[in-house]
Amino acid sequence: MDWLFKSLQHDFMQRSLVACVLIGFTNGFLGAFVVLRRLALMADSLSHSLLPGLAVGLILFGLAPAGLFFGALVAALIVALGAQLLAKGSRIKEDTALGILYTVAFSVGIVIISKVKVRVSLLHYLFGNILGVSNSDLWVIYGISLVIIPLLVGLQRPLMLTLFDPSVAKSQGVRVTALNLVLMISLVLSMIASLQAVGVILLLGLLISPAATMYLLCDSYPMMLWGGGLLGMIGSCLGLLLSDWFNLPSGACIVLVLGFFFCLAYLFSPRYGLLPKLTKRRHFHDQSLARWPHDEA
Amino acid sequence: METNLANPSAAPAACSSHELCVSDLTVSYHRVPALHHVSFQVACGQCVALLGPNGAGKSTLLKTLAGLVRMETGSIRFHGHEVKGATKDFAYLPQREQIDWDFPTTVRGIVEMGRYLRLGWWRRFGGEDFDAVEEALKAMELKPIEHRQINALSGGQQQRAFLARALAQQAHVVLFDEPFTGLDKPTQDNLKRLLKTLRDQGKLVIASHHDLATVPEIFDRVILLNGELMAAGPVSEVFHEANISKTYSTRVFSGLDHGLAV
Repeated sequence: MDWLFKSLQHDFMQRSLVACVLIGFTNGFLGAFVVLRRLALMADSLSHSLLPGLAVGLILFGLAPAGLFFGALVAALIVALGAQLLAKGSRIKEDTALGILYTVAFSVGIVIISKVKVRVSLLHYLFGNILGVSNSDLWVIYGISLVIIPLLVGLQRPLMLTLFDPSVAKSQGVRVTALNLVLMISLVLSMIASLQAVGVILLLGLLISPAATMYLLCDSYPMMLWGGGLLGMIGSCLGLLLSDWFNLPSGACIVLVLGFFFCLAYLFSPRYGLLPKLTKRRHFHDQSLARWPHDEA
Repeated sequence: METNLANPSAAPAACSSHELCVSDLTVSYHRVPALHHVSFQVACGQCVALLGPNGAGKSTLLKTLAGLVRMETGSIRFHGHEVKGATKDFAYLPQREQIDWDFPTTVRGIVEMGRYLRLGWWRRFGGEDFDAVEEALKAMELKPIEHRQINALSGGQQQRAFLARALAQQAHVVLFDEPFTGLDKPTQDNLKRLLKTLRDQGKLVIASHHDLATVPEIFDRVILLNGELMAAGPVSEVFHEANISKTYSTRVFSGLDHGLAV
């Protein structure tokens, strides 16, 4: 048993584990909103558009986290707002606009990376390497989680009304547009926090798989939020340990574990799973007999 | 302010409490008016049908009352106060296609949403809220299915769930967009009965409707609309052949023929 947790004595491993707990929970929690509002494509676009921001930040400010953070934030905002503008001003729909903008942004990032010398460190951001989490990275993660989670918990009710039916929410005086903006900014912030752990490309998996798993398991909105957070946390930690034991890339391990959870839910969820659906009796004999009680007469 | 020739009686000054008074309401989409200078007055404890052909502005009127669409001219007064934008006193029940039925919530969850507005962000869900939800569930006969996910409901049950939410919200005015569409006869009868329950509790129910044959049995009053107000009043006085044919045959200024549309 000892070999399993031996590596936890190392400093970097402890830091990574703390990062996993925070990032896993934040992403899992936030994922519910992405899944319910069908924003997966939007989230993917935003995550990819972080890359050119990182590259430009790297050139301008060097490897300091604040510079990278700032660059990523600006790039994501440009893509998000640009897509809105493009979609509003022409017949192009928003998903198409996003698709064009984020691939262009991502390409810009790749071109810049190929020209600058510090390629290796940027590749970290592409695929993530949670073992490389530094103390300052950890502070960024702390800060962002501490802003996002209380904010989203506090806004739980109006957010639920907005997610469920924006027009009714608006008619009841909920400030739908402002809430959407809060959601979008939280999304970008949590992505920046998670970059070091899973990288630009795998971010989406960490964000939406816990929520999607919970979506298959429950019919309750609070359960989906908190359960998603918990699942993201457990999955991230498990992924990290697996990557340590078998010497595998950490980001990929985390997403694989979360993907495995999703598969289990997809197959075995009592209400929405595939297998229970296939094996269930077609007809509720007992219930229908109860509706027409033959033997009463 | 321009006075409405079609209904000169609806002057804003005559608006008492327990009344909803709309005066001189104009709403446009892209500069093409959907409602022209509409004025009418209805009171709490009434069941009002909103009638008119497609594109007559029925949904627009409901949305304007709900605060979803901006008014261009005119005013809405309720309980003697000017209503501007969204208010908790009005419950808007949208057409069924607008709702994500896979949302992870139950009948009870929907009804509880009605309380959130009263509670704000932080206040705990207390005994009073619980009672209001219970009462709403009972009144709409949803108690046996309160824990069902909303996609596992029939059309009539879904309507009732949203009515129960309006009840729990303690809204005084219930705005209902085509509630009877797609319901079979027994379900319609049931909904009819429940709307009367609401009315007898002193609520004001305004519903857009398109089945003219069922108007007298469901509603007390009608508002006949075709871009502008054609007639408004009690079913017995206003809902007759002349008014109906006038409503359904008038062509309305749409801007298009006049080269005004963008």
